[in-house]
Amino acid sequence: MDLELMTNSFPKLLSATMVTLKLLSVSLIIGLFIGLFFAILRMNKNLFINKFAYGYSYIFRGTPLLVQIFIIYFGLGQIEYLRSTFLWVVLKEPYWCAIIAFSLNTGAYTSEILRSAFQTIKPGFIEAGKSLGLPRKFIFYKIQIPIAIKQSLPAYGNEIILMLKGTSLASTVTLMDLTGVAKYIISTTFKPVEVFIVAGGIYLFMTFVIHNFIKYLEKKFSYQ
Amino acid sequence: MELLAFGNTGWGDELFYATLMTLAVSITAMIIGFFFALIFTPLKLSKHKSLNLIGNFYTTVVRGVPELLIIYLLFFGGSGAIMYVASIFGYNQYIEINAFITGAFSIGIISGAYSTEVFRGAIQSIDKGQFEASKTLGIKKYVQFYKIILPQMLRLALPNLSNVWQITLKDTSLISVTGLVEIMRQSYIAAGSTRDPLFFYSFAAVLYLLLTFFSMKIINKLEMRYSRGF
Amino acid sequence: MNKLKKFGLGLIVSLFLSFTANAGSIKIGTEGAYPPWNSKDASGNLIGFEVELANALCEIMKHNCTIVEQDWDGMIPALTSKKFDAIMAGMSITDERKKTINFSQGYADEVASLAVMKGSSLENLDTPEGINLSIGGSEVTKALKTLTGALAGKTVCVQTATIHQNFLDSGDVGKVKVRTYKTQDEVNLDLTSGRCDAALAAAVSFTDYAEKSGKAVVLTGPTFSGGAFGNGVGVGIRKGDSKLLNDFNAAIDKARDDGTISKLAIKWFGFDASM
Repeated sequence: MDLELMTNSFPKLLSATMVTLKLLSVSLIIGLFIGLFFAILRMNKNLFINKFAYGYSYIFRGTPLLVQIFIIYFGLGQIEYLRSTFLWVVLKEPYWCAIIAFSLNTGAYTSEILRSAFQTIKPGFIEAGKSLGLPRKFIFYKIQIPIAIKQSLPAYGNEIILMLKGTSLASTVTLMDLTGVAKYIISTTFKPVEVFIVAGGIYLFMTFVIHNFIKYLEKKFSYQ
Repeated sequence: MELLAFGNTGWGDELFYATLMTLAVSITAMIIGFFFALIFTPLKLSKHKSLNLIGNFYTTVVRGVPELLIIYLLFFGGSGAIMYVASIFGYNQYIEINAFITGAFSIGIISGAYSTEVFRGAIQSIDKGQFEASKTLGIKKYVQFYKIILPQMLRLALPNLSNVWQITLKDTSLISVTGLVEIMRQSYIAAGSTRDPLFFYSFAAVLYLLLTFFSMKIINKLEMRYSRGF
Repeated sequence: MNKLKKFGLGLIVSLFLSFTANAGSIKIGTEGAYPPWNSKDASGNLIGFEVELANALCEIMKHNCTIVEQDWDGMIPALTSKKFDAIMAGMSITDERKKTINFSQGYADEVASLAVMKGSSLENLDTPEGINLSIGGSEVTKALKTLTGALAGKTVCVQTATIHQNFLDSGDVGKVKVRTYKTQDEVNLDLTSGRCDAALAAAVSFTDYAEKSGKAVVLTGPTFSGGAFGNGVGVGIRKGDSKLLNDFNAAIDKARDDGTISKLAIKWFGFDASM
């Protein structure tokens, strides 16, 4: 064990953690909107719309994130037509390719979490709202959504942690996130074990913080 | 379609074998994961503080660190650790562990952490009265575990284990570092060699989807069978 | 019953661990993704200059060799953790690497070069044909200055953990945006897609790529050698493994004298890259 290398690489890894956190938060925010959108589509009675939303979540949950990010970065980059459109401004940047892949991935899981949360809402709540003469939109935004958020907190907390770990794949498309910088340090020191232990420790700390934050929120939102 | 031809000109047969490899690694990893879960679930439920700590340490660390890092750590650090243990027993030759075992073991450790959580949840949802009933009947503790708790636990755990299976299956895409030629690595090689990444990575996605689709069909059948009588 | 248990245990142990039986057998690690040095064909077999050279050297040494694949970024760690005994993967002999592993004498030399897409503003730079960083002098200083100006703010792509990355990181050509990739294949892909303004690698890997893909990749600027670019490509061997090191050195001498290296180099590179 090279303790000196471990202490020396710590500050470098810590500053790369900011990149990881940025990737995580941006993807989670976009993913939340995507997830909500598709969760609503899933509850649509139109069979075609319903199947479309199901197909999206099935494909993104049924394939590895690594495959998804490779298709978006290396795959789409090879389509010459695409390179002449405005889309290329976004797809040219590894950062945005990673964000797109992560958002679509977490969006698929989020849509499932929200859908099951919506479905477990007791019909009584909605009926109560209706009998009070509240508009349909009001019931949805002010009753259904807040209850769904509370219901889905534990599962969503897990999803945040899964996504945090997923961001480590950003390094496969040249981004210098926590894992990317760890690999970079290894490329000059040739000591993977030491460097990955430090990086792993930082990931673990972030998981710990997220885990406890979600627990705190769960407590805060509970009725009792 | 030429790209997928079997034989020396295309990548069809290579990708077919790679798919079998993915399946083989996933199943082996799942089984290794079960063994880990059988060791760590009792630890997690133990009232003994230090045993409890070990159980929690395993699930927290493995589920809190990116899979890629765990695989790298085991690949580069694992054989060193094994040789160190062997040297204590007086064996100083190099011990070679093949790529399949390294891969399956790495994924198995990860899979095991998720299985442990599932088993723990299942045991906790078993009616407490049964523990007490078997106690008053004077049934020994390990008999109680294997004959009463375990069968019920497996039934309760099955739906959640299908999630663990999906995680395990997809995580195998990360073991290319060990050199094992599974779907992802074979697609990577083919994409590099033919300079057609879009086709090969999309095809890889289709292969994973097929694996998920058919394995879920089988798991659903199992679930129906085991929930009979309830 | 006890016997059965023992047998079962033995079976499991032998499944998990396969002990290296043959003492005369060595393993050589290569990447399989760096043509024409080493790559794979559509049947998944390893091919290339180094694959054939490795077999030739093993025949001379009378060793039983197996060539194994290893991702480039884990090449040296895999050697030090004894996953194989030697590296033959287009790895240049550099002082930085020598801190961790030993090298045999060089068996081939390659010059590095920048590459761009045809029509790029970086084409036709006013630089000499080749510069040797170890020799230096006013010509080299002037060329580096020209490159610094031309590359300012540009994205230059390289494979990770290579001499090419070391050179760009050294600051000899100012502050360029360095982007690192796992394999040279990926560098080539992103050079043609336009994500990279330029790429730096062995000149042969670009000419090989341009020829096989039909893409308009062209070399630009001077060819580089010396300094951060090391002293040719050699066999990487674990520190302390001096017997194997001597064996390889002797075998390389022999293969050079009887023309084997030159013959293989001409076959794979199109010119005599032996040294």
